[in-house]
Amino acid sequence: MQAHSKRHKILLLFLTFLKIGAFTFGGGYAMIALMQREVVEKRHWITDEDIMDIITIAESTPGVIAVNSATFIGYKTAGFWGAFFATLGVTLPSFVVISVISLFFVQFKSLKIVAYAFEGIRAGIAVLIVSAVIKLSKYCPKDLFSFLLAALAFFASAFFDVSSIYLLLTGMMCGIVYQVIKVRRTSTVSGKDGDGK
Amino acid sequence: MILLTLFLTFFKIGLFTLGGGYAMIPLIQADVVGNGWMSLEQFIDFIAVAESTPGPFAVNTATFVGFRMGGPLGAAAATLGVVLPSFLIILFIAKWFMSFQDNFYVRSAMTGLRPVILGLISSAAFTIAVANFLPDLSSFYAALSSVNVRGLVIFGIILFLNCKWKLHPIWLIVISGVLGVLFFGVPEMMGMI
Repeated sequence: MQAHSKRHKILLLFLTFLKIGAFTFGGGYAMIALMQREVVEKRHWITDEDIMDIITIAESTPGVIAVNSATFIGYKTAGFWGAFFATLGVTLPSFVVISVISLFFVQFKSLKIVAYAFEGIRAGIAVLIVSAVIKLSKYCPKDLFSFLLAALAFFASAFFDVSSIYLLLTGMMCGIVYQVIKVRRTSTVSGKDGDGK
Repeated sequence: MILLTLFLTFFKIGLFTLGGGYAMIPLIQADVVGNGWMSLEQFIDFIAVAESTPGPFAVNTATFVGFRMGGPLGAAAATLGVVLPSFLIILFIAKWFMSFQDNFYVRSAMTGLRPVILGLISSAAFTIAVANFLPDLSSFYAALSSVNVRGLVIFGIILFLNCKWKLHPIWLIVISGVLGVLFFGVPEMMGMI
């Protein structure tokens, strides 16, 4: 029974990530909305908050974001083979589609209808990314510290082309410094309270 | 030997891809064009194709170059190479993170990383929106006259469908593709007739 349900879960992971891989266009970010719908809302394998962590980890480690997320979610849901089949699923559509295209590269390039469809898809993807940001922002504390860091990352990346590696390192260090200061402060405050009593 | 070279080259690309998206195009270009696997012109053409096919850019490139240099086996070797570093690193981290996620420093680092990620994704949305809807930014008037009205209308329709009926993202992508053909393709074909 246990083995059967696990095998079933692995099959579902494979199929879910096959679907996600087939509809991931224009970089990894558009797939966040897809993952939220499929993995969180439909399958309840993980929560929206987990998605935030997974993207954070996927972004701060080397590798392709889509693959990183698939491996992580697969592993969290069903161990090694979950990771294996989720990764296989997310990669397979690219592999098949591109293999076919590489045979007909010249013909595909001149397919006008594909170009038109992609004018539309690029506009639609902007909606998906915005909605992913809104959902994720719920899992970020609403304090001045978070707001300033998010604004810094946005402006540095959008207007000054600062590499995300530096911004992630900055975030990591600010987080640690901020929490250390916070803990010290509360411990000295509670220490004074203790004296007062 | 070409299989091994393909595998190793794309393993390196997979290992040094950070931040994802199109940030690593120069890295891939250096290897792929530098090895003489594609001319610069072919590579630029390929970027356009990769953008209009599903899947991560690095994986698409690996499959494409692999297939052209070594057939189906070459495609398999290159794709395996580009995916393997992600897979191994994340497997390691998933194990590690699960046992350390309650560690004070890991949690603190995460509180700083989360807002940065939100800022980075917002910036991606902003950059994509500007490139799409205001393609010419050379001057204020150029920007004003380059406004992609049809694109904005599609954006509005998809936004409405997303908020009102919470349509599945796959449907949103399919519908925006159809709208693209309707809004951009049909007028042009009518003009041709």
